[in-house]
Amino acid sequence: MLLRAILLCLLPVPALAETVKLAVTTSFRNSGLADVLLPRIASDTGLDVQMIVVGTGQALRLGAAGDVDAVLVHARAAEEAFIAAGHAPHRRPIMYNDFVVVGPLDDPAGTAGAATAVEAFTRIAESRAAFVSRGDDSGTHTAERAIWRDAGLHPEGAWYRPVGAGMGAALNTAVGLEAYVLSDRASWSNFGNKGAMRITFQGDPALFNQYAYLPISGDKHDAVAVDGAARLEDWLTSNAARALIDGYRVVGEQVFTFNATR
Amino acid sequence: MNDLLAGLSEALRLIVTLDADLIEITLRSLQVTLTALVIACAIGLPLGGWLAVRRFRMRRAVIATMNALIGLPPVVVGLIVYLMFSRSGPFGVLGLLFTPTAMIVAQVIIITPLVASIAHQAMRDLWSEYHDLLISMNASRRQRIVTLMLDGRRALLTAALAGFGRAIGEVGAIMIVGGNIDGATRVLTTAIALETGRGNFALALGLGLILIALALIVSLASHWALRTERRGRW
Repeated sequence: MLLRAILLCLLPVPALAETVKLAVTTSFRNSGLADVLLPRIASDTGLDVQMIVVGTGQALRLGAAGDVDAVLVHARAAEEAFIAAGHAPHRRPIMYNDFVVVGPLDDPAGTAGAATAVEAFTRIAESRAAFVSRGDDSGTHTAERAIWRDAGLHPEGAWYRPVGAGMGAALNTAVGLEAYVLSDRASWSNFGNKGAMRITFQGDPALFNQYAYLPISGDKHDAVAVDGAARLEDWLTSNAARALIDGYRVVGEQVFTFNATR
Repeated sequence: MNDLLAGLSEALRLIVTLDADLIEITLRSLQVTLTALVIACAIGLPLGGWLAVRRFRMRRAVIATMNALIGLPPVVVGLIVYLMFSRSGPFGVLGLLFTPTAMIVAQVIIITPLVASIAHQAMRDLWSEYHDLLISMNASRRQRIVTLMLDGRRALLTAALAGFGRAIGEVGAIMIVGGNIDGATRVLTTAIALETGRGNFALALGLGLILIALALIVSLASHWALRTERRGRW
């Protein structure tokens, strides 16, 4: 009996459905939307989507190596370079949300009164309030660097802390330090350890965060599931996806907006 | 303190309700780690015995290397195994990346030096005791190693349990080569990392307590199993 149980768990589980390996960003995974989408994708298309959760930078590396069949990321410049290098035939915008500046409840740098994201970041830098940066070449990190660049600032010093970690780990660090941090709205809304922190700045169009789907080209790697990735793309741009994405709520709040075109 | 209590009650809830996801990732943790352990023992235990009875020129260097490899950072092992199994790597055609097999390979690399080193130390001590006897009986090298392994089985169990402990709690390497895919490569440790990242400390802690309980059960069960054998040296 015991032996049989051991043998049973040593045997590999046979694959039942066609699998598509999809590298997604930590911010997408932490938002909880994946838990809603994946079961529906399985029942609608029969695809078993296996998500590998990494930052945008690593997701594109996995795609370039042919280790995943598609990526869902949010860093436009990096995506276009990826296509130019021949790793993907095209990028397909799927949905967007926005970034928010999360900080201590009393907002010591006064970011709430800022008119733009650039001004909010400038106030953080001038007051030398602690700021946690993802520091991992992810989409969120890329967006953060773009704001610093637009502000004409080179953040450095003891107040600026790049943690080189995923969104969740960076939020945990920021909560622990009571530091400012740039997060996508969905990850923050769904985060279970908010501590003494809140959204202190939001709403600037510069904080727009577009997620795009890039199927990996089969030209360089024979084993890439091109068909499966194409069927997944069809589903992600369908009305079923629109209803689920637009209808997804975290604490009563809509966190993603579908904007794919067919 | 509240978080700790919440973690405890979360662990109890998961166990009492026989949570399906929990059972799945727990079985996968055991599957990956026990398979890796069997392979690591098959390599490490005889290697330890061989190093104990055999004298050769590079013996010291081999033992020193083996001991140093115990400290191999799992993340580095994960990265190397990833590069090996990546589609762009030398073993890419096998399609093993992001499967439990890749996780087993990484764990074998991580724990074999530990198992071999502890086994070697135990059998070296035993060998100094048995040396004259086994030589006078004109035992072959193979017989000597088998005798040492049989009579030193309690110490070898310690070696195996140390390997099990390192493997079951490992997260850095299997996260990279397994990918923490829900329903395919998610195990207890990667689930804990995921829930910590989502700020769900109670659930993460609950899973951690279950992991500790699991290690305890395996340790107790193996000690019990070995005592039921015929009376040995100790």
